[in-house]
Amino acid sequence: MDALNDFFLPPAKSTLASQTDTLFWFVHLSSLALTIGLIAVIVYFVYKYRRKSEDEVTPLITHNNKLEVTWSVIPLILVLIVFAWGYEVFMNQRVVPDDAYEVNVTAQKWIWQFKYENGAQTTGKLHVPAGRPVKLIMSSNDVIHSFFVPDYRIKQDVVPGRYTEMWFNAPEPGESIIYCTEYCGTAHSDMLANIIVHEQEDFENWLAENAGGASKPDDLPPAEWGKQIAQEYACNTCHSTDGSQMVGPTWQGTFGSEQTFADGSTVTVDENYIRESILEPNAKVVEGYPAVMNTYQGQLNDEQINAIIEYIKTLK
Amino acid sequence: MDTAESSSNLKKIQVQRFKPDDNPDNHYLNEETGLWSWLTTVDHKKIGIMYLASITFFFFVGGLMALLVRTELWTPAKTFIEANTYNQLFTLHGAVMIFLFLVPSVPAALGNFILPLQLGAKDVAFPRLNLLSYYLYLAGSFIAIYAIFSGGIDTGWTFYTPYSSSTGGAVTTMTFGVFVIGFSSILTGVNFITTIHKMRAPGLSWDKLPLFCWGLYATSVIQILATPVLAITLALVAMERILGIGIFDPALGGDPVLYQHFFWFYSHPAVYIMIVPGFGVVSEIISTFSKKHIFGYWAIALSSLAIAFIGFLVWGHHMFVSGQATLASMVFSFLTFLVGIPTGIKMFNWTATLYKGSIKLASPLLYIFGFFFLFLVGGLTGIVLGSIALDVHLHDTYYVVAHFHFVMVGGMVMAFLAGLHYWWPKITGKMYNETMAKIACGIIFVGFNVTFLPQFVMGSQGMPRRYFNYIEQFQSFHQVSTIGSYILGLGFLMVFYYLVKSIYRGEQATSNPWGSRALEWQISTLPPLHNFHHTPVIVNGPYDYHKPMEEFQLGLAESGNGHGHDADLEVTKEGEDLSAE
Repeated sequence: MDALNDFFLPPAKSTLASQTDTLFWFVHLSSLALTIGLIAVIVYFVYKYRRKSEDEVTPLITHNNKLEVTWSVIPLILVLIVFAWGYEVFMNQRVVPDDAYEVNVTAQKWIWQFKYENGAQTTGKLHVPAGRPVKLIMSSNDVIHSFFVPDYRIKQDVVPGRYTEMWFNAPEPGESIIYCTEYCGTAHSDMLANIIVHEQEDFENWLAENAGGASKPDDLPPAEWGKQIAQEYACNTCHSTDGSQMVGPTWQGTFGSEQTFADGSTVTVDENYIRESILEPNAKVVEGYPAVMNTYQGQLNDEQINAIIEYIKTLK
Repeated sequence: MDTAESSSNLKKIQVQRFKPDDNPDNHYLNEETGLWSWLTTVDHKKIGIMYLASITFFFFVGGLMALLVRTELWTPAKTFIEANTYNQLFTLHGAVMIFLFLVPSVPAALGNFILPLQLGAKDVAFPRLNLLSYYLYLAGSFIAIYAIFSGGIDTGWTFYTPYSSSTGGAVTTMTFGVFVIGFSSILTGVNFITTIHKMRAPGLSWDKLPLFCWGLYATSVIQILATPVLAITLALVAMERILGIGIFDPALGGDPVLYQHFFWFYSHPAVYIMIVPGFGVVSEIISTFSKKHIFGYWAIALSSLAIAFIGFLVWGHHMFVSGQATLASMVFSFLTFLVGIPTGIKMFNWTATLYKGSIKLASPLLYIFGFFFLFLVGGLTGIVLGSIALDVHLHDTYYVVAHFHFVMVGGMVMAFLAGLHYWWPKITGKMYNETMAKIACGIIFVGFNVTFLPQFVMGSQGMPRRYFNYIEQFQSFHQVSTIGSYILGLGFLMVFYYLVKSIYRGEQATSNPWGSRALEWQISTLPPLHNFHHTPVIVNGPYDYHKPMEEFQLGLAESGNGHGHDADLEVTKEGEDLSAE
């Protein structure tokens, strides 16, 4: 059974995952029994009552009320059990414990951003404490995305213009993958992130280190810091740094080059153009690329944008 | 000539036996010929054939896209096409298969041909409206194809906002195409309901109505009630895109979840538009090939209607994780389980029909058994997905993809192929190669399972749908699935090959090769232009296999060919008269 469980389901890494799994197996195994039973009866009938001559006359059997009530009521009881059970587990998934630790989640094409109580901010990596309920308050900057953690058996759509929430409790330190499961365009399948579960103490240390923002400019040269920011904001989901073709234009050699836009006009890539592209991405879209980038207005400050520009300058 | 009493009003009518010709000189294909006669025909049979040709074309277009999608998924990263191309391919695969193939497949193609024959009518109630439906379907299809070439669409067949109202490409054109096709669907529904109410032959009371007609009746009800909602929804999306009116897009003050309510209010019942006529086909074939009265006639007939009505109340089960209220999810989950019951009842009744039958495992029945297994798996995994807690994990994963394909391809396409094989002799007058049909059925069954069983495992493991890139853990499952899809494609090509071949080289079909008691088999093959040379009189139910064939070949003695000219009165070859009560 364990081998079967591992084959069909991802490891159960949250306190509620096993509740889902038990129900999963109950429905599947009873369905399997029903399927085998019904198919066996059909195979038996087909063999037993195979046509032996073309003149065979069959008996007139139109219906049987007792039989029909039986095979209506028994499945009805079974599905009502499945319904009530599914609803109970769902309620456990929905009702957030009072002492839950809150993290804000922002989704946009095609990154996940996480913001913590003390101003700490990450992209693509959700750090949480082990053994404590964590509540995610989620919203989207553009289209609908969906936050899915197979290891926790939870999923919730992230909708623009409203907040949705979900919670989980991961008892053991470790890592789990986060998928976006609501189709959101070109790089939908690259919109992945990780949950990193720390021991309570490690988590507090991590949080304190990153207070006030994920990036620390003090001891870093601007270009290095820019590289770090570019990674945190997952710019490389769409912009390569080695010249390869992705959703957006590559950054390699772009600074100082001449870009042609969809309307035929051209510009030499300089500080102003990069700044504009970050804050108003759709103002000037390079020819041959879709206008899909979101604004980073309000997410990156001037210092950070300067650092990114310095970083791009180094990519020759 | 004897007299018979029709039970309802005690009116005495005179009947006589009309034995069908096996190979008549005049039939619907040679009485009017030439391209123009096809393009302007109001004959339901020819319109049915035109639908059949069109949906076959779109089935292969959609199938080709499916193969391209599966081929791309051979490796975790890019195999041979770009992400944007991939996104367009799976969108078009879904849109083409659903709107251009599945929705019109059984009702518009087989239903058009068979329904009037089963009712003893000369045509549908509104023959010209029927032709208009076909041209609307064709026009909508062309608009959709134009959309593909004029920018493409990459929204998924669900057109979810705000993605669909903000993405580039030809979304507006595509939705307009689907909008036009929707009218074709509505008009066909109106036509069929009227036909079933008003055009039944004398004696064909509601309790003698073939179950295929009951299936089409339930389908038509859904088409009429649900399709306008789709039309409204698509019109709203177009208004948002063209005029910038905020309805669904939060950037304009709209609500994206509202779109999902609208969309699924149509698209969930639409699933039943696709599958319920298939249930009708199953009932006909099970009874014919086991030479036995259908078990639980009323249970099967009324469960179709029950599915049609409850099917309207379950749309929210597509939205358990959308952010809708927990209470709403609970109600929708509960109703979803209720809709499972009538479906289960059908399965049990069909199985019971086999009991003490005289079962001949001919290819149509073989396809039906394929349907049984695949639809059972599809239905039971539907129970899994109806359970809210499990749906939270499985929603938008390959588990849903597999479930949907088991119901739609495993269920509906198998039922469609079964019906196509079953009625092929009546439609074309030719017999196909039975051995090849059985082999093809086996290939399709194996190919299907190899394609979609691994997807259940992938989905349970967490593989999301509509993914261009995926993590390496899933590669072996994807590869098995891709190999399966090639086998499946081969099976469909084989069916196409031997069916087309039979038109040119097939054996001449007799009027009733399966020994069926249903009315459509009591006329000549090929059928006459106006179906019946006489007004048929129905004294027995279509599944009364315990009665001799003669009692099913009765017609009104003095009505001539149904045109009311006494001079046309025909006497059967034997000149035999029969009485019936």
